[in-house]
Amino acid sequence: MEAFTTHTGRAVPLRRSNVDTDQIIPAHWLKKVTRDGFEDGLFEAWRKDPEFVLNRPERAGASVLVAGPDFGTGSSREHAVWALQNYGFKAVVSSRFADIFRGNSLKNGLLTVVLPQETVEALWELTENDPSVEVTVDLVAREVRAEGLTAGFDLDENARWRLLEGLDDIGLTLRHEADIASYEARRPAFKPSTALI
Amino acid sequence: MGRTLAEKVWDDHVVTRAEGEPDLLFIDLHLLHEVTSPQAFDGLRKAGRTVRRTDLTIATEDHNTPTLDIDKPIADPVSRTQLETLRRNCAEFGVRLHPLGDVEQGVVHVVGPQLGLTQPGTTVVCGDSHTSTHGAFGALAFGIGTSQVEHVLATQTLPLSPFRTMAITVEGELPEGVTAKDLILAIIARIGTGGGQGYVIEYRGSAIENLSMEARMTVCNMSIEAGARAGMIAPDETTFAYLKDRPHAPAGDDWDAAVAYWRTLRTDDDAVFDREVVIDATELSPFVTWGTNPGQGAPLSSAVPDPASYEDASERLAAEKALEYMGLTAGQALRDIRVDTVFVGSCTNGRIEDLRAAASVLEGRDVADGVRMLVVPGSVRVALQAVEEGLDKVFTAAGAEWRHAGCSMCLGMNPDQLAPGERSASTSNRNFEGRQGKGGRTHLVSPQVAAATAVLGHLASPADLSGATAARTPLEV
Ligand code: SF4
Repeated sequence: MEAFTTHTGRAVPLRRSNVDTDQIIPAHWLKKVTRDGFEDGLFEAWRKDPEFVLNRPERAGASVLVAGPDFGTGSSREHAVWALQNYGFKAVVSSRFADIFRGNSLKNGLLTVVLPQETVEALWELTENDPSVEVTVDLVAREVRAEGLTAGFDLDENARWRLLEGLDDIGLTLRHEADIASYEARRPAFKPSTALI
Repeated sequence: MGRTLAEKVWDDHVVTRAEGEPDLLFIDLHLLHEVTSPQAFDGLRKAGRTVRRTDLTIATEDHNTPTLDIDKPIADPVSRTQLETLRRNCAEFGVRLHPLGDVEQGVVHVVGPQLGLTQPGTTVVCGDSHTSTHGAFGALAFGIGTSQVEHVLATQTLPLSPFRTMAITVEGELPEGVTAKDLILAIIARIGTGGGQGYVIEYRGSAIENLSMEARMTVCNMSIEAGARAGMIAPDETTFAYLKDRPHAPAGDDWDAAVAYWRTLRTDDDAVFDREVVIDATELSPFVTWGTNPGQGAPLSSAVPDPASYEDASERLAAEKALEYMGLTAGQALRDIRVDTVFVGSCTNGRIEDLRAAASVLEGRDVADGVRMLVVPGSVRVALQAVEEGLDKVFTAAGAEWRHAGCSMCLGMNPDQLAPGERSASTSNRNFEGRQGKGGRTHLVSPQVAAATAVLGHLASPADLSGATAARTPLEV
């Protein structure tokens, strides 16, 4: 997993609440056998509308999604996180996230930032008035900054540490590499092996 | 204080233990198949990681494989993609694979034991809930999710929090005609589909000790249907005899060392289980399900229950919904339920003893008019053994279809499915709505009941087949 320290990028204002994972990535995309290539499925239904915010030229390359409350509800599919990441989002801001979505996002290195709804509204206005405005999500200082706006946010210490270090579950386990190797060294010889005989 | 079998196996696999953290457990055997592995390999690739222990990893194709025309390209593009992806991934990461057409191919939970890879005191995982099957050898074996599959591929370990332990003691002799399948269906009906939640179940008692290895696998296989994380049976002489001389069983001095260790894998007399259930084997009879979860079962000799008889409101509602889906009425004798399809196979009952049992009932008899019977061996090895014994001829002579090995109609991911409204007697493990095909209705049964049902066209046990139904002279095989 890539480490997340601080990220600066343009924002996409998504003025919708209760965006469930079926809207983020529809079920028929779940047949895919990879973790990438989901970018075209992201918000697939809405993107058929040329006026949808993601389709507007001034939003191309934006990497911070600013969404309404209760983002990521519904099915637990991890594909929703992969779709957002595949599309290029590094962070999602909302006043409230569904628990499983939040867990999945932090596991994959997508930073989910909880800010008060007033701050979310302020960010929406800012980026709607000037799409070129850059938003900085600073995990070290635990702050979101944009022109004339600074807002602190909370994140539990363990999740923050893992993001800062870029440690996924596997990365954490691999810190015990020496223990695993020493366990392997003392395994009895009679244990089964799949090696072809 | 003494320890249970599950605790002993657990303790022997702890790589690291720290206060307030899950234990890091070493995994002895990792089984893979095409459905739950693609994103795990993809994750490895993206992170630039490798498979840590290819010598403890093995893959087979089973869920999507066709059971007819296996030499032709697979028609369904999704199935084809999953199989091709597994082949590519195994080649790229150096994982041993038994693809469709290979002599060791078959359902993952049939292949592991028959190769002698599943051994007492090992930890076995697979991205599949019926991994509990391997517990029949005294292994701690459980299903895992795709991100855990990736974790095991990369590290050969898993961080896990301890399970609770449950003992299910079955004493006495199983009556004539009562099988391991009847026993486990009766256990699930007794403790409920959530009864084992959070537990590793250890099956013990004289009735369990008297079971063959294959019958023990049938019991452990369905532990997951009781909600348990895993099921286990202490290894004994039956286990050792089954393993001896299998391709991957220890040999020479290693065999002696292994058996000496395996003999220590018994629950200590002073060990305490978190929960205990006692079952009297002598009271059991052939058991079938009438509903849409494996806990909704009853003795074949009884009737469809009246939902109103349930005190628990949610159980009552579940029974009402099940009867509606199954197209049954309360009070109807289970023996009066007519089926149009019979499926013998799956990781529950697709091994050689199961095929022998079904064939012995079918021998010299015919599948009833209007009934389609599919016999799908659990692996190619099982199929070859059955052919050697002439069982395939018994099946085809009776009018059943003898198919190629795989999961097949157990979950209908391949073309073997029930049509809407069709009703099956199936030796598999799940009777969920639509499990065997959209709108399909499933009754879970033993191989013997499946065969008798095929002959009579309604749910039946071999005891219902008086000599009169033996219409033909038994086939010479
Ligand atoms: S036979 Fe059925 S239960 Fe067993 S692995 Fe295949 S699909 Fe799963």
